[in-house]
Amino acid sequence: MLEGLLLGLQTAFSLQNLLMVIGGCLIGTFIGMLPGLGPMSIIAIMIPVAISLGDPSAALILLAGVYYGAIFGGSTSSILLNAPGVAGTVASSFDGYPMAKQGKAGKALTIAAIASFAGGSIGALLLMVFAPALSSVALLFHSAEYFALMVVGLSAIAAFAGSGQVAKAMMMTVLGLIMATVGEGALFNMPRFTMGIMDLQSGFGFITLAMAMFALPEALFLVLKPKTAKQDGDGKISELRISRAEAKAIAPVIGRQSLQGFFIGVLPGAGATIASFLGYAVERNLATKEEQEEFGKGSIKGLAAPETANNAACTGSFVPLLTLGIPGSGTTAILLGALIALNVTPGPRLMIDDPQIFWSVIISMYIGNLILLVLNLPLIPYIAKVLAIPRNYLIPFILFFTLMGAYIGQNNATELLLLVAFGIGATALKFADYPLAPLLIGFILGGMLEDNFSRSMQLYDGISFIWERPMTLALLVIAVILVMLPSFRARRAKARAEGVAEGD
Amino acid sequence: MALDRWISLILLGVCLVYGYTAWFTMDAGLAPFMKRNPIWPSTFPKLLSVLGIIASTIILLGIEKGSPKEADIDYRRLGEYHLGQALGLLALMIAYALCLRPLGFLISTSAFLILGSYILGERKWLVMLPVSLGASGVVWYLVQEVLGIYMRPLPGIFGG
Repeated sequence: MLEGLLLGLQTAFSLQNLLMVIGGCLIGTFIGMLPGLGPMSIIAIMIPVAISLGDPSAALILLAGVYYGAIFGGSTSSILLNAPGVAGTVASSFDGYPMAKQGKAGKALTIAAIASFAGGSIGALLLMVFAPALSSVALLFHSAEYFALMVVGLSAIAAFAGSGQVAKAMMMTVLGLIMATVGEGALFNMPRFTMGIMDLQSGFGFITLAMAMFALPEALFLVLKPKTAKQDGDGKISELRISRAEAKAIAPVIGRQSLQGFFIGVLPGAGATIASFLGYAVERNLATKEEQEEFGKGSIKGLAAPETANNAACTGSFVPLLTLGIPGSGTTAILLGALIALNVTPGPRLMIDDPQIFWSVIISMYIGNLILLVLNLPLIPYIAKVLAIPRNYLIPFILFFTLMGAYIGQNNATELLLLVAFGIGATALKFADYPLAPLLIGFILGGMLEDNFSRSMQLYDGISFIWERPMTLALLVIAVILVMLPSFRARRAKARAEGVAEGD
Repeated sequence: MALDRWISLILLGVCLVYGYTAWFTMDAGLAPFMKRNPIWPSTFPKLLSVLGIIASTIILLGIEKGSPKEADIDYRRLGEYHLGQALGLLALMIAYALCLRPLGFLISTSAFLILGSYILGERKWLVMLPVSLGASGVVWYLVQEVLGIYMRPLPGIFGG
């Protein structure tokens, strides 16, 4: 481990990678502040840049920096404008915005920055401990287990989708898998489902799909419904200090939420958003009576909890990505796609084959968190001016960058038409409340899922691997339970509710 | 019928066509030696088509009851939003896709940015023109020189 750490330090402290961290954090903060643009859109837009760097460590460091920069930036607009740019920071606006209205915007931003820093750093520490352990277990897995594990991951994403959403999330996952089968597979030299169109021979472009699923619908939603961002207060940010008593009050909150947020982040399907809401709820229940009164009216604990949790969860979501090669969220799915494009396959062998990537990413997380704290805190009043960019300029530029990203990836104008078509489809799906992240995750995992499935089929000459390998069977049973559980619980709750009504 | 169920109907159709291809037409072109393989190119798609048909039927029939959520934008009141602007921008994107090669990067991009803000209601030409022209120049330079990806800057007739 020490060896790895040294290697990581060496890689992360190269001039190029330091610039990547700083650049990524600044770009992420900058764009994350714009209301309506989530980290997935930003990362999707940044992918062509990252891929053309050519160096997988640098690319991953850049994208990771953009990721937590975006979460940090989102909290700034949550606090100052009550207009969260990122779903993961919605909970921060519950107490952050009231604080800003009371003229304590500076203090709120400081608490957010410190809580984010602590959550991110503790998360990185936990990642350093848990990822190597998990990946040494994962090395025992065969292709049959990998297949089963991916099925578990995909069903967990559907299962966590929420009530009434399981079938929709499953549908989206299957649709993503279906889209992944278009084109020529690696195992069979035979074009499938191309409908005779030459441009589909190599399948759909992953960047095009990522842009069409996230950046385009979000931009179109911005057009359809212009957010009326009311700028309350005079916008002046002063009094950045927090008192010793306040620091004492939030310290245990930060400690608890770093751990909780991290482990929620590790779970597939649950990410920063769930972690932040859960963190807020847990801390409100733990607080004393008079502190509970303050929640929602500008409680510092109520701000520190979601801020810590969402950053810790961001770090946690890297665990399944780096150790199993299975992304648990839309954002990590995009990161996985970028890595595959750079010829790196994340998984348990990543630590053995490319240790410098693994360790430099972890080290760069510390650097990134430090940069966010040191660089952004004094710059916040200036960065907040971004919020004043008129949407008449902002939206054409976002659209232009999505087009550019799709074009650079494939150098093909047909790709742009595909982008627009998928974007319209994605917007319709978003209207109908279908979750879009499972589609992209399914699309990215589709190729690997089929490869592992085919390999085990060939090894066992049929599907007997399912019952001949106990671990595979167990994992597949878990997957089925995960999908069935939400509807079973809903039915039981309904039955119970009916029973109560009749008994009365 | 609500929009999500209409969409599930469309998806069901997609899955049926996909499934038909996988189950009945795809294997026709398979080489004889491949047929002894336990896995065919159509095996995985067959599985997927079944799953897709099940999932879309569940949504279509409304078997899974859920609490209706307040969506960000209510599509039933679409007319009250800036629908024209959104459609205009989409048309503009298609036009950009078709013009990028023949007109060259600089002209298409500047026109896209100018017309984009025009559609959104911007009328300050003195700000709009320099911003758009400058941005297309800077982006072209970055893509061409820094990323090293060739982009034809000017229309073909100028030998760009």
